[in-house]
Amino acid sequence: MRQFLASAWVIARRDYGATVFSKVFILFLLTPLFSLAFGAVFALAGHDDGGPGRSPMVAVIGGEDFAHPLIEARTRLAKRLGDDAVPTLRRQAMPASGFADGPHEAREALRNRDTDAAVSGTLDRPLVTVVGDDRGLADRIGLILDAARAGPPATARIDVRYVAQPAAPDESGRRDVAHWAQTGVFFLLMLLAGMSLSTFIEEKSNKVIEVLAAAVPIDAIFLGKLVAMLAISLTGVAIWAGAALTAVMAFFPHALSGATAPAVGWPLFIGAAILYFTVSYLLIGAVFLGLGSQAGSPREVQSMAMPVTMLQLLLFGFASAGTAHPNGWIGIASAVFPWSSPLSMLGRAALVPSLWPHLLALAWQLLWLVLALRVAAAMFRRAVLKSGGGWRWPWMRKAQ
Amino acid sequence: MTSLAVEASKLVKRFEGQRAVDGIDLAVPEGAIYGVLGPNGAGKTTTLRTLLGIIEPDGGWRKVLGEDRPMRAAPRIGYLPEERGLYPSMQAKEAIAFLGALRGMTLADGRRRAGELLEEAGLGEAATKTIRQLSKGMAQTVQLLGTIVHRPKLLVLDEPFSGLDAINQQRLEGLIRAQVAEGSTVLFSTHVIAHAERLCERISVIAKGRVRFDGTVAEARGRLPSRVHLTTRAGDGPWRAALPADSIADGRNFDFALPEGGIEPVLEALIAGGAGIESLAIERPSLHDAFVDLVGEPVPQPEPGEVQP
Repeated sequence: MRQFLASAWVIARRDYGATVFSKVFILFLLTPLFSLAFGAVFALAGHDDGGPGRSPMVAVIGGEDFAHPLIEARTRLAKRLGDDAVPTLRRQAMPASGFADGPHEAREALRNRDTDAAVSGTLDRPLVTVVGDDRGLADRIGLILDAARAGPPATARIDVRYVAQPAAPDESGRRDVAHWAQTGVFFLLMLLAGMSLSTFIEEKSNKVIEVLAAAVPIDAIFLGKLVAMLAISLTGVAIWAGAALTAVMAFFPHALSGATAPAVGWPLFIGAAILYFTVSYLLIGAVFLGLGSQAGSPREVQSMAMPVTMLQLLLFGFASAGTAHPNGWIGIASAVFPWSSPLSMLGRAALVPSLWPHLLALAWQLLWLVLALRVAAAMFRRAVLKSGGGWRWPWMRKAQ
Repeated sequence: MTSLAVEASKLVKRFEGQRAVDGIDLAVPEGAIYGVLGPNGAGKTTTLRTLLGIIEPDGGWRKVLGEDRPMRAAPRIGYLPEERGLYPSMQAKEAIAFLGALRGMTLADGRRRAGELLEEAGLGEAATKTIRQLSKGMAQTVQLLGTIVHRPKLLVLDEPFSGLDAINQQRLEGLIRAQVAEGSTVLFSTHVIAHAERLCERISVIAKGRVRFDGTVAEARGRLPSRVHLTTRAGDGPWRAALPADSIADGRNFDFALPEGGIEPVLEALIAGGAGIESLAIERPSLHDAFVDLVGEPVPQPEPGEVQP
């Protein structure tokens, strides 16, 4: 056993060193930035799809004493609410024939395709004409009219103080914590577990695998590689978490204090998050490692990546569904199924205070981890090294 | 009696129904230089990989340095695979230390000894170069040094001479002899006879997954009769009847296997017939001749009592 662990350690140390102390690792550390940029791009695109590309245009029909207070009121509102929130006002050019402020002029103004509404009349008796039935637009024009009637305030000064929301332990808050923790862990898993698919390609392409297989047991190679992947990932996560925490502390010092404490308390919950991330990573990584070790080329690994990602999404969905009903059948099932169990149990930690199910779950997950590694190594021996004929159970092997 | 470093009995290994190794027996005494000879595709590599425990046999058993499960003896074994492989981005010294670590050395010990070995091999300045920067021959030397860095008791080399120039082949022979002088056992495979002839005390000749011959080089050569090369002054005469029927004649040169009765009756007939002996040489057959003779033989049928797994 000592020799086995020592061998795994040699493999893990090599993999870790070769990855973390390489220039490419800096690029790897920047991955979340790419994800954030990706999110930002999508948010912008989503914004475009959600509303009109420009704020509505409203024609103001009337004299200076009508138009001026309106435009001034609009400017005040835009300062508080943002330029997009209030319609844009435009003085309508006066007809040559003279001044008029009736419905006829409003209809004339609305012939212009850029104009969505017209406001005419006086401040006391305004008339708003809207194209279509955009009640929202009518309300917003009403807001401008109200502000115009009230006139500019005596003072615009407002003292603002930002305070933390007092924590209130409530069910929905805990659900939020469960959801965010699961999503966070899942996001990291998606980002990081895929690495282990391709980790065997290096040894296979440069033929080092033969030297490794001759010197140390295949199981030790698998364990070593998996532990190295985990260590690399935890290194990345630690750096990311450190950076994110620093950023949050610096810019939004009260963002976290308002969150509801999870059922087991924050320190234990964060410990559980790290622990369950680790176990989940190892479980998924073991499967990926096994699959990846069967691949002969980077091309094959790429082909595997897609279905494997879908499987991960499925596990996440399963665990999330379990969190909605922690004691329903789906909650129990997702906690029992080894690959969804860590995420599911993390959700449970946010909702339910008892600790013993976690010890039980961890032991159960570790048992499956050992099994998964052994099966992956056995498959590798059989399919890649072409070793051994049929499948034999360990006790039968010893008898031979 | 010396004990055996490697022992194998009736090893069988099938790949997709085909028997790559088909009942091989092997006994390598401790401290020997033992050669496994065979043509390409004879099953040499599969035999070595099975002995090392990289693959499990489908039948038979093996014992390496006293262990039924070769992996238990791994720290005492050095192995140079036929397809050499190192991490290209590793420095030469680190690569050797890593191979040592795989065999149970500490990295510090490995690095120190790697430095010594590289200096001895005249590659001192290559120590901090990455494998990618080395020439193919140098990389191969680095891997060989990595194979012996932990002072293995058993050294298994698969086609160690392939890809080396004559000078490096000579060096490798020296290194193998030095290892044995320090108490190691060396088992290597080759399809080049000359190396086996110069180095080995014992050899196994393998073809089509079976052992055709097992014994000393002298015994292998002794299987064939000596050849007689004769040149006469006369071209023809009644004395020709005294030469064996399967003699190869080329003008006044004759080449034939030494008759069982010895050369004397032939000589007497030649002298009596006035053939005029210009030159006469009796040569023992080379290992090469023996090898071709052994490998060319039809495959021996399995004995009736042999169990077919």
